[in-house]
Amino acid sequence: MVGIIDYGVGNLFSLRSSFQAIGEAAFVSGDAAALSQADRLVLPGVGAFADAAEKLRSSGLDGFVRAQAEAGKPLLGICLGMQLLFEKSQEYGEHAGLGLLRGQVVAMEGRLPEGLKIPHMGWNRLDVKGGRLLPEANGEYVYFVHSFFADGCDDSLAAVTEYGIPITAAVEQGSIFGCQFHPEKSGNVGLAILRRFCAL
Amino acid sequence: MITKRIIPCLDVRNGRVVKGTNFQGLRDVSSPVELGKYYSDNGADELVFYDITASAEGRKLFTDVLREVAATIFIPLTVGGGINTLEDFDRVLKCGADKVSVNSGAIRDPDLVRAAARLYGDQCVVLSADVKRVDGQFRVFAKGGREDTGMEAVSWIKRCVDNGAGEVVLNSIDTDGVKGGFDLPMLEAVSEAVDVPVIASGGAGCIDDFVELFQTLPKVDAGLAASIFHFGQVKIPELKRVLKENNILVR
Repeated sequence: MVGIIDYGVGNLFSLRSSFQAIGEAAFVSGDAAALSQADRLVLPGVGAFADAAEKLRSSGLDGFVRAQAEAGKPLLGICLGMQLLFEKSQEYGEHAGLGLLRGQVVAMEGRLPEGLKIPHMGWNRLDVKGGRLLPEANGEYVYFVHSFFADGCDDSLAAVTEYGIPITAAVEQGSIFGCQFHPEKSGNVGLAILRRFCAL
Repeated sequence: MITKRIIPCLDVRNGRVVKGTNFQGLRDVSSPVELGKYYSDNGADELVFYDITASAEGRKLFTDVLREVAATIFIPLTVGGGINTLEDFDRVLKCGADKVSVNSGAIRDPDLVRAAARLYGDQCVVLSADVKRVDGQFRVFAKGGREDTGMEAVSWIKRCVDNGAGEVVLNSIDTDGVKGGFDLPMLEAVSEAVDVPVIASGGAGCIDDFVELFQTLPKVDAGLAASIFHFGQVKIPELKRVLKENNILVR
């Protein structure tokens, strides 16, 4: 049973549907007691880092997520949910994340070669570096939408994608997983990644 | 690097796809769910659903259908048609749309793009512009291309992008339906003026038109079409194969 953490950011309809499509029971909840019953957790997220981090804190779920991850329950952060796993973000000021992974989230602006559009939006290719979640997805195209990316995360780096520079596409450390791309919007490749997460 | 995107557009009225198709093997050629799934399984990079319903009942059917589509198809979905207020954004986003396309709504209420971008993020707001040449000038048309707004198109599009539109669908009324190729001069003018993705719409008649589009205008990010896909004149897997042969990056 997959628990999708609802802390008031973004629409979780597609995410829940994608687990249904692969035959995995999934529920959306903002209640720690209910979520603690799940075998694995998904931390979604869209929008601004500071806003999402604040909502996670004010809902009291930050401590819960940290404790569950530290106890070894598989956790998958998606998009902004992945970025929240890190120590901090430089998105409009400096903001603290969950600190489960080492590294920080930085802006693409000023770091990409001239002429590349921001956000990095569309289908881009995975160059898998290691880990348990993505070996079968190496070389496949997945769907990205983001303007900030994780940096200084060599110890958890699982995949990059090329956008003028290598951009962190996925991270992994123990039972903590993160995808900068949207598996729930990446067609059959994305569904296979979610299926794999449910088997880990 | 990011691939060029190929995007079929489906017009929906009262919950059904309006222009029928002649695909073999589809049980129901006007079911948005079946058609959407067909495209998704056959290499479409994204789908646009355009609601051309006029009535409130029809609108309700559309959102029901959209929810069903979003529960079945796991590629990005853009929804347009009848988007005039933030409530309209909310309505379709809750049903699983990833992006919302505004056209006449942005002309009627110049603040709509800004307000929606602030609430949902730039990447969620797509400006769709119907543009036609009048007296040697690119003009924005409203109401499905029936009404000349008198506004110059490039500056209008630029203003909407400044206000937060994260993507532009440029539909040339001059080439729409002619099937003689995309409107390259118009697309060039717009893609030079903005730094967000530009989607070409109107005029594609064959595979070569897409090759010409991406070769001539590398800044254009995507090609959108409707009937040539629906009637099988252009099949997306074959289109992508030819684009690859021409060194254009596709998925």
